[in-house]
Amino acid sequence: MRRHLLHILRLGLKELRSLLADPVLLVLIAYVFTIGVYSVATGAKLEVENATVGIVDEDRSEVSRLIASAIVPPPFRVPVDITTPEVDAAMDRGRLVFVLDIPPDFEKHLLAGQGPSIQLDADATAMTEAGNGALYLQNIIAEEVLSFSGRMEGQSALPIKVVMTSKFNPNDDSEWFTSVMQVINNITILSVILAGAALIRERDQGTIEHLVVMPVTPVEIMLSKIWANGIVVVLAALLSLVLVVRMVLQVPVAGSLGLFFVGALLYQFSVAALGILLATFTGSMGQFGLLVIPVLVAMNLLSGSTTPMESMPVWLQDAMQLSPATHFVAFSQAILYRGAGLAVVWPDLGILAVITAVFFGISLLRFRKSILASA
Amino acid sequence: MTAEAAVFQAVSHRYGKATALDEVSVAIPAGCVAGLIGPDGVGKSTLLGLLSGVKRRQSGRIMALGGDMGSARHRRDCRARIAYMPQGLGRNLYPSLSVVENLDFFGRLFSQPAAERQARIADLLVSTGLDPYPDRPAGKLSGGMKQKLALCCALIHEPDLLILDEPTTGVDPLSRRQFWELIGRMRVSRPGMSVVVASADMEEAAQFHWLAAMNAGRLIATGSPAKILSQTRAASLEEAFIALLPEAQRQGHKALVIPPRVPRPGPPAIEATGLTKRFGGFTAVDHVSLRIETGEIFGFLGSNGCGKSTTMKMLTGLLPASEGTATLFGQPVDAHDLRTRKHIGYMSQSFSLYGELTVRQNLVLDAQLFDLPEAGPRIAELMEHYGLAAFADSRPDSLPLGIRQRLQLAVAVLHRPGILILDEPTSGVDPIERDRFWQSLIDMSRQDGVTIFISTHFMNEAARCDRISAMNAGKVLAEGSPADLIRARGARTLEDAFIGYLEDAAGQPRKGPVEQIAPAHAAARAAGRPNRVFDPGRCRAYALLETIELRRDRMRLAFALLGPIVMMITFGFGISFDIEHLAYAVFDQDQSRQSRTLLQSFEGSHYFLAAPPITDEAQMQRRLVTGELAMVVEVPPDFGRDLLNARTPELGIWLDGAMPFRAETARGYVTGLMLQFFNELSVGSTGRQARLAPVNVAVRFVYNPDFLSVFAIVPGVIMLMLVLIPAMMTAVSVVQEKESGSIANFHATPVTRLEFLLGKQAPYVVVAFASFLSLAVIARVLFGVAIAGSPGALLSGVLLYVLATTALGLLMSSFTRTQLAAIVATAIVSIVPAANFSGLLTPVSALSGAGRVLGLAFPASWFQEISIGTFTKGLGFADLWPNLVALAVFALIFLAASAIAMNKQER
Repeated sequence: MRRHLLHILRLGLKELRSLLADPVLLVLIAYVFTIGVYSVATGAKLEVENATVGIVDEDRSEVSRLIASAIVPPPFRVPVDITTPEVDAAMDRGRLVFVLDIPPDFEKHLLAGQGPSIQLDADATAMTEAGNGALYLQNIIAEEVLSFSGRMEGQSALPIKVVMTSKFNPNDDSEWFTSVMQVINNITILSVILAGAALIRERDQGTIEHLVVMPVTPVEIMLSKIWANGIVVVLAALLSLVLVVRMVLQVPVAGSLGLFFVGALLYQFSVAALGILLATFTGSMGQFGLLVIPVLVAMNLLSGSTTPMESMPVWLQDAMQLSPATHFVAFSQAILYRGAGLAVVWPDLGILAVITAVFFGISLLRFRKSILASA
Repeated sequence: MTAEAAVFQAVSHRYGKATALDEVSVAIPAGCVAGLIGPDGVGKSTLLGLLSGVKRRQSGRIMALGGDMGSARHRRDCRARIAYMPQGLGRNLYPSLSVVENLDFFGRLFSQPAAERQARIADLLVSTGLDPYPDRPAGKLSGGMKQKLALCCALIHEPDLLILDEPTTGVDPLSRRQFWELIGRMRVSRPGMSVVVASADMEEAAQFHWLAAMNAGRLIATGSPAKILSQTRAASLEEAFIALLPEAQRQGHKALVIPPRVPRPGPPAIEATGLTKRFGGFTAVDHVSLRIETGEIFGFLGSNGCGKSTTMKMLTGLLPASEGTATLFGQPVDAHDLRTRKHIGYMSQSFSLYGELTVRQNLVLDAQLFDLPEAGPRIAELMEHYGLAAFADSRPDSLPLGIRQRLQLAVAVLHRPGILILDEPTSGVDPIERDRFWQSLIDMSRQDGVTIFISTHFMNEAARCDRISAMNAGKVLAEGSPADLIRARGARTLEDAFIGYLEDAAGQPRKGPVEQIAPAHAAARAAGRPNRVFDPGRCRAYALLETIELRRDRMRLAFALLGPIVMMITFGFGISFDIEHLAYAVFDQDQSRQSRTLLQSFEGSHYFLAAPPITDEAQMQRRLVTGELAMVVEVPPDFGRDLLNARTPELGIWLDGAMPFRAETARGYVTGLMLQFFNELSVGSTGRQARLAPVNVAVRFVYNPDFLSVFAIVPGVIMLMLVLIPAMMTAVSVVQEKESGSIANFHATPVTRLEFLLGKQAPYVVVAFASFLSLAVIARVLFGVAIAGSPGALLSGVLLYVLATTALGLLMSSFTRTQLAAIVATAIVSIVPAANFSGLLTPVSALSGAGRVLGLAFPASWFQEISIGTFTKGLGFADLWPNLVALAVFALIFLAASAIAMNKQER
């Protein structure tokens, strides 16, 4: 046993040396965990922000001005005044996402209690903004009209005060979400690619042939690749969480980083095994690259780290339970956002362990075969 | 016949700090076979690279074919008169292409018309004896055949200057003899042709007309072999060369003496009976039986691909045998038994140690893996014995082949194995080094009783073995001591004996008649084809090459076409911003009629899904932390009473902000529900239509009335797929040639950068376009997303877009050196802007700062507007022409940048 561990340790150190000798890869790892995380977190937002609104104001009344002045940043850009003929072109070119059409005599009908209509056009190809933005605009209009007519009738506004609080992220700031999720996605991408590429590189350079005549077992070879590449990736991820996410982006990380570290190690173990498994199916780096991309993109997009799991069809949700990413994302969200402890996350950790064991087992079987074939 | 083929004047060349050539001045005679001789790493390849114009000149002057090779113009004009065959077996061939396809490719590169090309190919195939295998892939040829094919490829355009870099290294004697016969016949028919050859084999070099001996970047002698022999008063060229070396290098070299073997008792070290290996239908090793005694040096001869390596691998346990048995010291070979491995030291044909570890680190790693007890002293001893101490901290990559092989041997004997299995360990190694190597083998065999099983192409090495076995096509032809074999065949030398066996096995020896390589087309060639700036034919050569390779690599093609379909399906179903069924629970501390009425409005909404109510504060916290609940509705005590008394009670809504998008959506839903509730409340209390909702906001979702995610996602996925996959495919296309060495063809032939790049790009544009068509069909059939706008605008957009994305891959490929780096760089450069800043998730109009710039600086955002515009918004050329122009500009910029990053010459 001790011998096996020593072999794993030493082969792993060799693996680390190879990685350190490759400046391109090191730069890329540094890049994705710093600039990569930062630019995605600050650049791509899912909340309604800076949405463009145009107003066709055919009423030019006090109410219509109140409505226009209530549409304010950050969710919206300051609305632009446009005329009916300009609407189509502006929406076609994607310059405006929303267009509000306030008809003539709107205020007059309103005061007469006739329930006038406002037309709101939303560009439904802007999925993240159209739905929520339309809701916001509806609410803004309703509130403005309400306070306007309340003022007219001399009554206070609302019978109930609704206090809405977002726990764990009071401002619903998507930076908090995307930055941490980007770190997690990076763990997936790098672990799969590094472990798989390490195997293909040994095969391409013929060193696997040398390794196979040594008294080492396939398990040792595999484990050494996984731990060595894994430790680099997980440490880089932790650094990224502390330096980029916490310090630069000022995102508070709630839970225990230690517990996250343990989970991340387990997770990277499973995805690295997956990387090796994928590598055994491919004959060259070119094939590996093509196979790995759809797998990575699907794992990242469908794991709940981009869009909520509950909005996927049930069959897909069920299928994604087989992906370690799904469980790791749930695990990380619980720890890093909600400050959950082991008492809460153990089921995800347990499932992750089972998936890891299965992945590792299958990879090992394929790896044994591929070693013999490559020699 | 002009006097000189080439003149070098004070030419120096450096790689970083290392000097490869040091002020070399030499005139190489024309119209003959001129040889550069010397061990590995003395600068022969550099000299040939400079001569051929493949390498960029650093200093000095090189005149060849009537001009200065330093001038780009002269290089362009004379490239069609030069042929360059780089070092390595079939290194500039394409393994998946057949013999004829390889030749055809080269013919096209030299702009030969179809008829001339075909005639020439037919001639060359017959004269080299390759005509029975026109359709065999180059990768499946034996080493000797590969070299003959490479020579054919070099000769296809009837060059005036033929440059061969170690063409026969690693080739068996019969093939070598045939190779030189072929060159001889070629020279008869074209007496003006100059041949410049690098060789490390002195026996071979003795046949050349003129020699330049090199050492450490300098010339140490020039002249005919006879002149060099008389200068040094040596009997053989090998001795002459050793005599020419500086004193320091010669040190310790002495003729090998092989003491007789003393038989040792015990079972044979290696015994194989009926050993057979089949790969599919192909029998690589056919019932081979061997018996090697302990301490014996047993040699294995045979042409490349005859089954030697496979037999050796079966004996080490690397490969399981299909049939037959093998024992080592009486124990059966078991691939899974780690103890077997401790008996064996194995050296594979190619270098198989870690290039990224230093010499010492490689030794230490292996010592650790063998769990050697006194590793330190043993490593020190080996480094001393094999002269590695000076290189202890160098990486093997930077060392000459000879020293690398020493290291491999040191590693193989590290654990003091009883058996050494060495697969062509001295191939490409210079004579002094080879003698050193053999000295240590002899010492091990005679002093330590180590059994040595070695394969080789060198006859003088075979002659040193106790017994040898000649193999061909998986079968053993003959076995015995070298003297026995010579006697049995009645031959003069071992080489003749061996070639005799091989010729018997192959049937009658073939000799192509000389007139078959007549310069039938010399007239056409002499007329001189103008070297066009852009030759569609050469471009087509690369396009055809890439197409054939792609067609043969089914797996890559399948990934390229199926990958996007799989992703389209998962994304189409998987990515959705339609948020429904949010799990919520109520924490009703009031339990009044009013509170229940309020809570009913949540129950009725399909946005929310009720979980069991909450009973206390702690439970609320806990259930939010576990992520079970996305929302909690908290009704404070006395809510009902306060409401009735118009005291504006507070209603608490707690959202799980871990996923901000979801929380934000929930906020919107709650606000809407509340407004509705107030309305009902006032209707209920006053009995008249409320003032609270006097306005009706009619929301119209333009372009996508049902507000279905697929109408936005599906066009977006098409945008994503058409950048990721095509870029990934072209990203490996160039760098793969750099890794395999076939990039030499780009450097050495008249093909221009643009022809090369466009040829490489074309097939992938077609594949990407086909992939788009399949996605469009799926969009229509599976997701009901049809093209609402102009199909013409969409198709032109797709074409320009894939031109840009494949050019992006080429760009990545042009400046990276390994496939891995190219893939990772492409993935990172393309995924981030395409997925985040192109309007797939966030509309471009909402982006600001760096994100917006990144989005605009990448073709994906421009195509996204075309994709969405034509699929969903119903737009046409009138609206989208700026985007089409932008995409065309991207394609041009990427292509131009790749052309700049690609160097026509190596450094």
